[in-house]
Formats: sequence, C-alpha cells, structure tokens
Amino acid sequence: MNFDLSDEQRLLEETVDKFLATECAMPRVRELFDDDAGFDEAVWHGLGEMGVLGLHLPEDVGGAGLELLELAVVAEIMGRRATPGPFFEHVLAAMAIDRAGSEAQREQWLPRLASGEARATIAVAEGGASGECWRPEQWQLGDGSALSGEKRFVPHALGADLFVVGLRGGGLGLVESGAPGLATQRLEGLDRTRRLDCVTFEETPCDRLPRGAEVATQVLDAGLVLLAADAHGGGMACVDAAVEYAKTREQFGVKIGSFQALKHQLADMAVEIHPTRGLVWYAAHAFDHLPEEASAAAATAKAHLGDRFVDVARRTIEAHGGIGYTWECDVQFWLKRSLFDWAILGDPNLHRRRAADLLGW
Amino acid sequence: MDLGYGTEYEACREQVRVFLRAQWPPRETNAEDATAEQIQSFRRAAVDAGYLYRNIPRRFGGSEQEADILAAQIIREEFGTVRAPMELTGQGPQMLAPTLLEWGTDWQKDHFVRKAIEGEHIWCQGYSEPGAGSDLASLRTTGELRDGEWVLNGQKIWTTHWKRAHYMFALVRTEPEAGKHAGISYLLLKMDQPGVEVRPLKQITGDSEFAEVFFNDARTPADWIVGERGAGWTVSRSLLRHERNMIGSANRSAGLFRSLLRLARSAQIDGRPAVEDRQVREALAAIHGYVETQRCSSYVQLTRELQGRDSETLSLLNKISDTNIGQQVSLLAHRLLGAESALAPRGQPAGRTSGNEKWMNQFMGSLGMAIAGGTSNIQRNIIAERGLGLPRDAAAARDEKP
Repeated sequence: MNFDLSDEQRLLEETVDKFLATECAMPRVRELFDDDAGFDEAVWHGLGEMGVLGLHLPEDVGGAGLELLELAVVAEIMGRRATPGPFFEHVLAAMAIDRAGSEAQREQWLPRLASGEARATIAVAEGGASGECWRPEQWQLGDGSALSGEKRFVPHALGADLFVVGLRGGGLGLVESGAPGLATQRLEGLDRTRRLDCVTFEETPCDRLPRGAEVATQVLDAGLVLLAADAHGGGMACVDAAVEYAKTREQFGVKIGSFQALKHQLADMAVEIHPTRGLVWYAAHAFDHLPEEASAAAATAKAHLGDRFVDVARRTIEAHGGIGYTWECDVQFWLKRSLFDWAILGDPNLHRRRAADLLGW
Repeated sequence: MDLGYGTEYEACREQVRVFLRAQWPPRETNAEDATAEQIQSFRRAAVDAGYLYRNIPRRFGGSEQEADILAAQIIREEFGTVRAPMELTGQGPQMLAPTLLEWGTDWQKDHFVRKAIEGEHIWCQGYSEPGAGSDLASLRTTGELRDGEWVLNGQKIWTTHWKRAHYMFALVRTEPEAGKHAGISYLLLKMDQPGVEVRPLKQITGDSEFAEVFFNDARTPADWIVGERGAGWTVSRSLLRHERNMIGSANRSAGLFRSLLRLARSAQIDGRPAVEDRQVREALAAIHGYVETQRCSSYVQLTRELQGRDSETLSLLNKISDTNIGQQVSLLAHRLLGAESALAPRGQPAGRTSGNEKWMNQFMGSLGMAIAGGTSNIQRNIIAERGLGLPRDAAAARDEKP
C-alpha cells in the first residue's frame, strides 16, 4: 500500500517546478497573458529538452516510458503556476499516434513530438444542435480520405504542425499543417493562458490512424485526467493566494485573516480542493493500471475538479476584495483557467451522466 | 502507486479467513441469531488469535499486538465481509480504556480496563455542560475533596449511553483558584448513587440518546482521579494513536451513498425509477465525486500514516467533509421522497419502517453530524488556524494557556 508519489515522481515535480519558476514566473505569465501569441517558444523547447513532452512515450521513439500519472504531475504544476501555452493537447495527440498509429506514422511523428521539435494538437469538438459534441460517437466530420467541415475549441491550433482529428465513427486521423483546404482562426477565449482556435477543412487530405476508433475514448480519458490535474493545481494556487492575502492585508488595525467570517470562507475552500489530489491520482492510476475503472474514474475526476476549481477561483477573487477584480491582480488567471478546465472536453454534467452510465446506475 | 497490501499481508488475510471460517458464524447458527454468549465466546477466541483489542495488554483482556495499520485494516475488512463482531463500541472501550492505559494507576487499570472492553461495565462521558459546549474548558461543575471523597455539584449534558451506564468519567473543576484549563480534573464516579440524577433529553428524531446529569453532592473516592489534580484537560485530550482507522469514515460515506442509490432506484419520477432521470443522475454523480474524493484522500492519509509522516491539513478536513456528504445525501433523499418526506418515520428507533420516510431520520441525523464532536464552524476555525496558519481568534487565544 503506497498511494503517494514515488521519489522519482517527486524529483520530476521539483524539476519542472523549478524550471517554470525560473523560465515562466508570474511576471512572464502576465506578459504572455497580454501577448498575441500566448506562449513562449523558449519554455516549450525547454520542456521538450527536459523530456516532459515524451514522458508517456516509449523509449524507442525518444520517450521516457512512463505513464499518465507522470503527465498529471506536470499538469498539476502548470495549473498551479498558470503556465501559458500548449501541453495537454500535445501529449494527447502523441498518445493517440503511439497507441493507434501504424509503424510508419509512429516513426514519422513520435520522436519529433517527444522532443517538442514538432507541435501537435487534438481537434475533436464539433458544433451540434444541443451544444458542443466532444464524444467520439457524436463526431460527424467525414471519414473518407478527404475532410470537409469544422472543428472547434481546438487548443493552440495556430502554429501547430499536426492535428489529430476526431472522425465520424469515432476514429482518428492525422492532418498536417499546410494541407490543402486547412484553415485556422483564433477564437477569443477567456483563458489567455491556453488559446483556442477554430479549424476548418475543405477537401483536406487525412491520414487515418489504423486503431483510432479503439483508442479514442482512452485518449479522451487521459485528457480528462490532465485537465482535472490542472484544476487541482490551479485550485490549490487559489487557496494559497487567498490565504496569503488574508495574512497580509490589514483593516481595522488587524490582519483580515483574523476575522472569523473570512477564515470560514478560506477553510471551506480548503475543504473543497485539498483532498482532491488523491482523486486525480486515482484516476491517473486507474488509467495506467485498472482499465475497467479508468473511464468512470476519469469522468468523475474531471466533473468534480471542473466544478471545484471554478468555485474556489470565484471565492478567491471575492476574498481579495476590490484588487481581485482588477486586470492587474494575478488571481484572474486562475478564474479564467478554471473556465477552460471546466468546459474543454465536456462540462461536468456531461461527465456525471457518463459516470452514472459507466457505473451501471 | 500501489493499492495492494503485498504478499505478506495477503498471507495475513488468509489466516484471518481461516480463523473466521472456523469461528463465525457459530456452528449451526445464522449470524443474526447468535446469542450473547456465542458472541462473547467468539470475541474471546478473536482476542486469543490477536485480532481484537490489539492495543490492550493481555493482562487487561486485550491481545497486545504490535501496532500494524495494514493488519488492522485487513482484519476489519475480513470481519466486515462475514459480519463478525468486532470490538465493543462506546465510551468505555473507545475512550476510557485508552485513557486509563496512558494515565491510570495500576489499581484503576486492574479494576476498570478489562470490564470496560468486555462490556461488563458500561461507561458514559460527562464533559459538556449547558454553559460549556464549544468552549468546554469553561465548565463549572465543582469537585471538592472532603473526608477522603470527592463531592461533586453541577450539571452535565449531552451524555450518551445514560440508560445503561454504570460509571461516568467526568471533567470537573477541582482547583477553583487555578486557571481556566489548569483547574480541571478527570474523575471517575458511580452513576447509581443518591447524588446523581439523570433526566433524558428527547431529540428531534423522537429518540432519547442523550441525557442531562445533575450532581447534588455526588460522591466518589479520592483515588478515583485519573492523572494529577488539575491535569484533567490534558488527560482528556490524550487518545492513544495505536492503529488509527484511516479509511473508516470514507467507507461509511460510501455505504451511505449506496443506500441513496437504492432509494433512487425505488423512488419514482413520472412513473419511472428516479435513477433514470437525467437530473437525478447528475446529482447522484456529483455526490459520488465527493465520496470518491474522500476515499482517495483516505488512501493518501493511510500511506502517510504507514510512513510515519503527518497528513498535515488533510486529516483536519475529514470531519467536515463527511458532514458535508451526509448533508448532500439528505438533501437529495428529501427531494426524491417528495410528499413522503412530510410523514413521521414510524416505529422508533430509526430504520424499522418499511416506507421511504425512514430517510427523514437520516435527514435530521445529518444535522446532528454537523453539531456533535465539534460543530462544523469549530472545524472551520481549526482548519483555518492549524491548517492554513491564519491568526488565532483573539478571544480564544486569550485563554488558550492550559
């Protein structure tokens, strides 16, 4: 019985944390937040050099041969530090190619994706009559060799080298940047630490992943876990920020943190977010080792953390008073990040209904 | 990550199973029909085998085992599976026995520990008073030493197990000149005596689990004090950490959730089982998210306990998290009951009724959880001050000195 990070996982955590503390500290996050591109190429390549982008890929394609749990450790830190830029969509795209691709596809792409030399994203959501269609069984984009249609809410599509696209029938295919008929427009997302784009295809050639339909759900499960990990890290950062402010700010001649009303708000925030780290770990562990539980655990973690993070982020703004409502206060990064984590790959109630189905209720 | 117990412990599990196959249920009896004698003789065998009262020395009726959290967990799991009796619950076995083992005199241990854990003596607790609830140390019941006896005057409240209790352990102000905390002693006394009067309190469920206890010159021998005079506060705060059950409350929440799921299957919405309704499914899964969070958090805490590390803030959150789950369950159950929720649950005590209105006892009981053993607002103070490091409340800080 050992339900905690190993020494190696803690070392990974520390290394990534130290790297981001140096290369992408809060002043830099703020610059990128206000910047058009939205992320720092140097940070991206730094992550690639550290091996973070290929943690989950086999060693023969340049990966570290580790698991989703290690990626979740990284996602948590990025959530905590509100790190701008691509991550989860890139590692999901690589996971899809690793698990569903032909040998040629794997050899062509995985070494470059593991090093960060090439950047990939996933294009899954389509507009539907009753909201976004995130799930494989809902995808309608043509399953022929050429695609015509639209994918929405695609993270960091501008500048990506490769798209893993969800197809009718629940399969997956590859589309390269520069392919005929491919166009990308920026969506004005609230969260400026992870940019969203709309991708359109017109008779665009697509290279199918042979086992795409078998692994699409797995890849999305991994995405749910990584977004939940990000939300846990972000939620913890919120509580830390609100507590720190309460220990610093004085009114009526005392620290506001000595007022019971505020203490109780902060305690309730801690109750909501502190214990969820285990929920994220369990979902990652289930993905790696308990396949029959994996989908329900991922859905539960994403649904729970999606709501907890939004809730805690809102209360963090409130706990900061007027300054919390300003653009210059850092806590807005987490409020907006929480809205991304809540919505992308499906909102909490979608995943609650899925969990209910998967658990046989 | 490894959620298994390892081969050594799986062997231990097998031994427990072999023991249970031979001993429970008693020969040619259903577990539910076992007599008091059969249960007692099973417990003796389980103590001999080292499975029960593991923290209590053999000479006081325990099995005197090295602390081993995983072994204790396996024993709970296996006993639970076949619904074999575990240790007796209640104030005697769970509070008095460990306190005496740490602080009691040899005579007190010899006299009281074995009989407390075997249920021959039933104990109740005399801590709270009408004016001393969350601020327990402001208690005013007095104890005066006169002619080799403590003479007690005052009133206790929220005393459970009062119906059957032979003895009480009580916090009493024996040093009126000393400070708030330093004036308190921990005394033992007989309940059956002229100076002790018990008046049951009827609670909102209709049950009377609690009583008020009045002392009018109640008497107890001078050497029935545990610890030094004035050390009662410290004595009452000490609970031996032997094999803390790190996942018991998470399992109880999971059990409560399974009951809720059964209710959702039996209750109807528009002529269909409520569990098929989209909003009910979402609401169930939302509660399930909290139940799973507690389960996983208990694994984290169990791991830290095994490694001898502190769970830091996490362990401070358990009580309020469990309370919150109980409240959410009660609110959804209420919604599912519809008009049935306006009916009185019949046939007290709770759980003997056939209708779904029995859930209204859980509805009211969930409020009890938010009050008993430190209210949720007191829990929030503790989390904020000890967990998050926020400044102490000025009033509480003033009289904190023990």
